Amino acid sequence: MAKKRENGGLPSRRELLAGALGTAAVGAGAVAGAQQGDAPQPRPRAPEDPTKMQGLVPRPLGERSAFETPRRLVRVLEPSSSSRTPLQYLQGIVTPADLHFERHHAGIPNIDPERYELLIHGMVERPQTFTLADLKRFPAESKLRFLECSGNGGTAFQNRGRFPNLSPQEMDGLTSTSEWTGVPLKLLFREVGARPEATWFLAEAMDAAVMTRSVPMEKAWDDAIVAYAQNGEPLRPEQGYPARLFLPGWEGNASIKWLRRLKLSDRPFMTREETSKYTDPLPGEKARMFSFTMDAKSLITFPTFPERLGGPGWWEIRGIAWTGRGRITRVEISTDGGDTWEDAELQDPVLPKCHVRFRKLWNWTGRSAILMSRATDESGYVQPTRAALLEARGAYTRYHYNQIRSWRVEPDGQVFFAG
Amino acid sequence: MVRRWAATGPLLLVLAGCSSESGNDSPRAITGEDTVPPVPSEAAPSLPRPELHPGMPGLLNDAELEALAAARRDGLANIEDLPEFGFGEAASPERIAAWDIDIGPDGEGLPPGSGSVERGETLYRLQCVQCHGARGEGSQFEALAGRVPGDRFPFSEDRRYRITVGSYWPYATTLFDYIRRAMPQAAPGSLPPDDVYALTAFILQLNGLLGPGDFLDAESLPRIQMPARDRFVRDDRRGGPEVR
Ligand code: HEC
Repeated sequence: MAKKRENGGLPSRRELLAGALGTAAVGAGAVAGAQQGDAPQPRPRAPEDPTKMQGLVPRPLGERSAFETPRRLVRVLEPSSSSRTPLQYLQGIVTPADLHFERHHAGIPNIDPERYELLIHGMVERPQTFTLADLKRFPAESKLRFLECSGNGGTAFQNRGRFPNLSPQEMDGLTSTSEWTGVPLKLLFREVGARPEATWFLAEAMDAAVMTRSVPMEKAWDDAIVAYAQNGEPLRPEQGYPARLFLPGWEGNASIKWLRRLKLSDRPFMTREETSKYTDPLPGEKARMFSFTMDAKSLITFPTFPERLGGPGWWEIRGIAWTGRGRITRVEISTDGGDTWEDAELQDPVLPKCHVRFRKLWNWTGRSAILMSRATDESGYVQPTRAALLEARGAYTRYHYNQIRSWRVEPDGQVFFAG
Repeated sequence: MVRRWAATGPLLLVLAGCSSESGNDSPRAITGEDTVPPVPSEAAPSLPRPELHPGMPGLLNDAELEALAAARRDGLANIEDLPEFGFGEAASPERIAAWDIDIGPDGEGLPPGSGSVERGETLYRLQCVQCHGARGEGSQFEALAGRVPGDRFPFSEDRRYRITVGSYWPYATTLFDYIRRAMPQAAPGSLPPDDVYALTAFILQLNGLLGPGDFLDAESLPRIQMPARDRFVRDDRRGGPEVR
């Protein structure tokens, strides 16, 4: 029964605070305690019946419901570190910009966009600099594309089921999808008169690592862009503000952020990041170099650790799949540890070099089950088992861990990573 | 046929004009503080450039060169309806020199100067030891020294051995390039060329690749052959059903 209001039916000051200002106040508190593992914030308040009072007035900048507090996962508070996207929290394919994973080697630089310049030189007819305004004046291109760190999934590969308490975020949170906007690199290279003899270019960052990678010229003539926007707004500082290289389908490290220089040459530069790092040891005492393309991979994001299914019955198995070699053509699901497989439905849009959402209805009997997903791409490549990858690369290879992952659902509904 | 420097002929001249080094590059200049004006540096010494070794991954064979030419044609055809815009500004040699700090595996871009193992040790004790350890053994930060017995390369199957300069890095030039741009962590880009040569020499000595009394300069550094130089292969994954 509704309590009679003492002030003639108007909402009380307390309710007003809870309904309107309360949201903002709690939001600010949540931002201040940014890390996971912090003391839980008091649960935000909401009026008992929101239909009986006016809501919040418009605000110049929106924010999430106070009830929603997704967080990237930060492991080490060092300049050379990373943060991971909460994949199990997300729906669809787009990663909100503030939840896009981070990986940087010397912190996030603070760059004044008005002083920003991109220098292009080396094997070109006309070495030139471009301001940010220059870059934005060129015809633009916007594409939804995934970006994944090539070290993503290493814990899952090397530790198998020894750590069952791994969430998709902890295991594979170094992948995200955004709509990237920028200028096609081939336009810039035509502008400076790239010489036909140029086979590689160096991309260099403006951070304290002055991060560098060598990139084959073929990628420039194909689909590389210099991006200045992400999901409709300027890049986030973590993502390379004010401009970055973006190489669709390739390992994240090569898409140099905070891009300041491109130098064309007829050989690679052999920087630290393509020799000491980002090379893949192989059996036979060799290591693969310039392993840019991300092979097909899929990942169930629901149900996964730390989820607990509320009981037997219908559940929708959901996840994402992606490949650096074009489009995903198929995702299969197994609920019996890989004995039998059935096709999942691929949710439109199925874009090249982009996360695609897959779904599969599952009638859970309440017995223990092992869930797996397996992606196939348009090149005919099928996501390998851990055993197949191990045979091809060895147990301690580094980078490019796209093996099939599995999840164990216990009779009590608890879900654990199972290797 | 493998494309090498020797095969590029007149292109070398073009590159030489825009590849002078800068020991004064200031990567921290743009941080919200006032920009430090670039200091034009001396011209690079005209050293005979050692040839790149033919097995170096990334040198294109004839088929790859053809594929690249086709990609270029397609890429340009793709934008042929667009005008040439003329945006941007010509970059002067000084402007280029201020940022042009990369060192090639052939030694291209190495600045004048030199440094000895002994001087490197002194500098290392002052600026690097707290993170990388007295003998380059590392801490929570990277190890810089260590070889695998017999210079084997067992890293995909055996994790007893650490990935270090001596056990894994294919080119010594990378060490100079990386230290100059990124180290020491609290003051990246602060080391003049002589110091970088000296630190590079000391780290190579920690790895048993130089001896006491040795020193490095633009001529000697690219000639050092690293134990792991020939361990690297180009990417052979091509999609399709095979798992590589
Ligand atoms: C405050 C700690 C710190 C100090 C001091 C420091 N370094 Fe480092 N160094 C690091 C870190 C951290 C990395 C790895 C950076 C990354 O993740 O990209 C590194 C990486 C390196 C590497 C690359 C190692 C590899 O295997 O890829 C070299 C070489 C190096 N440092 C040399 C030096 C030298 C020379 C000095 C002294 C002039 C120095 N460092 C001082 C922290 C430090």
